[in-house]
Amino acid sequence: MSSDLLDIDLHLSHDDFSLAVRASIDLGMTTAVFGPSGSGKTSLLRAIAGFDQPGHGHIRCGGETWFDSAAGINIPPHKRPVGYLFQEGRLFSHLNVSRNLHYAYERRRRDVQALRPDPVIDAFDLGALLTRQIRSLSGGERQRVALARTLISAPRLLLLDEPLAALDYNRKSDILPYLENLPERFAMPTLLVSHNIDEVTHLADQALSLKNGRVDRVGTVADLVDSLDLDTNTGRFDAAVLVEGSVIAQDPRLHLTHVDTGGPVLAVPGLPTVPNGERIRLRIRARDVAIALSRPQGLSIRNVIPGQITDLVVHTSIGAADLWIATEGPTLRSRITLASVEELDLTPGKTVFALVKSASIDS
Amino acid sequence: MSLPDAGPLWLTFHLALVTTLVLLIIGTPLAWWLARTRSRAKPFVEALTALPLVLPPTVLGFYLLVIFNPTSPIGALWVDITGNTLTFSFTGLVVASIMYSLPFMVQPLASAFETVGRNPMEAAASLGASPLDAFFSVVVPLSSRGFLTAVILTFTHTIGEFGVVLMVGGNIPGETRVISIAIYEHVETLRYAEAHILAAGLLAFSFVSLLGVYTLNRRYPVHVI
Repeated sequence: MSSDLLDIDLHLSHDDFSLAVRASIDLGMTTAVFGPSGSGKTSLLRAIAGFDQPGHGHIRCGGETWFDSAAGINIPPHKRPVGYLFQEGRLFSHLNVSRNLHYAYERRRRDVQALRPDPVIDAFDLGALLTRQIRSLSGGERQRVALARTLISAPRLLLLDEPLAALDYNRKSDILPYLENLPERFAMPTLLVSHNIDEVTHLADQALSLKNGRVDRVGTVADLVDSLDLDTNTGRFDAAVLVEGSVIAQDPRLHLTHVDTGGPVLAVPGLPTVPNGERIRLRIRARDVAIALSRPQGLSIRNVIPGQITDLVVHTSIGAADLWIATEGPTLRSRITLASVEELDLTPGKTVFALVKSASIDS
Repeated sequence: MSLPDAGPLWLTFHLALVTTLVLLIIGTPLAWWLARTRSRAKPFVEALTALPLVLPPTVLGFYLLVIFNPTSPIGALWVDITGNTLTFSFTGLVVASIMYSLPFMVQPLASAFETVGRNPMEAAASLGASPLDAFFSVVVPLSSRGFLTAVILTFTHTIGEFGVVLMVGGNIPGETRVISIAIYEHVETLRYAEAHILAAGLLAFSFVSLLGVYTLNRRYPVHVI
């Protein structure tokens, strides 16, 4: 697996928007470009692909210069080894599925080990769709074909521009499995644009977060999730922790999934059917975690996890506080009112029970 | 009743065919430029292209006659190179028809290219297709209806041309005497029967061609995804 660097220093402005991004991205893992609408995510991706030319700066990838205003270099898009998955797929409607895939194969980049179409067709379950016309495909099927087509063109860098944005919830869960672990499965460094924190945590390992055309933060996805805090990025309180676990049982009647998080077992409602033993990632929002001093009885909340407060951050301006609770398994984060902190006399070191109201699956 | 001479028929179709082919080659890049450019020159070029739609053919014909005249620099140069004059010749007629029919080729093509938009070109580029490759493998098939419309309109419009031909070409059998001129001459000499046959034939041909264009527009709507 290559761990090339994508070295970006670009300045771009059109109309009343300006983008100035300076970053060095390790392509060994999937990177999310995260931020609200209008923060410049797609502009950044389009500049990397060569569709829009920055005013000045440079874009280098793995020692190759794709753009350098000082040196007068601007490699046209079709000569950059970049695969771009557009929001709306952009399949060619005058070709059927199979000929869309072959269009990419005939023009594949010769300097890289190309994927044969057949294994990709198998991997994306496209066998039954090959003779279909593009018009007859559902949104999810289109994105699957478009992703397969992009991979077959043998890019060295894969750019995914909100690949799930145009799909409804069910279609999203149809295509998500195909997007997972792309770098590992196809040895393909990937940049994923998303404004959806769930997608980011599900698909990416590191994140570059943009705000108003500037880099806001670069780091691991776990750091990003941890830092989202009454943030204009999401417009709502979204601080959370990511918890890895394995499914130990599912109750189809109650739609309840039991997840072993390495100690505490969480009962999570409403998850899709997952085979036992499957590793999943749960996102537990801080505002979904309440605190009790003793194990409560007769409570609707099913997940009661004992732990110890390790950290306490008070936000006096909004009358709230964040607590970190070390449990037998993962560390949980809880946001409660300042009033509760004082009434319960919560301080670091104190033993408490974390009540997890809901753990949304991270998808 | 005698059948009209078939000469003008072949000459007319020959002229329309050559004009359409040349316009396909000139009009396609021009339409592409108009559909994609952000240049300030665009409205000027658009207006120039559309001029033949509103100008009386005699105006265009008059200026072409002046330019083609062997005593003018261009007309003289043409005589030097080819030994023939541009005025009252088939070649002059082709050049005049190209200018006269230009909007009928360029406008349907430009609007088809605009409908296709940039997205398919970007998608093709992201798969490694050069701009020329992407144009022929993606844009042309997606604009096929526009091409068909442009070709039919150009062809039929060239067949129906009268004023410019009269000004530039005159009425030389086998050289510049096209159907519309032949009809005019038949009427002038009161040979109405022959005029009827040619006129009705042209009417039927033009109607069927336009019917073809509008049927195609209805039956094969372009899908750009």
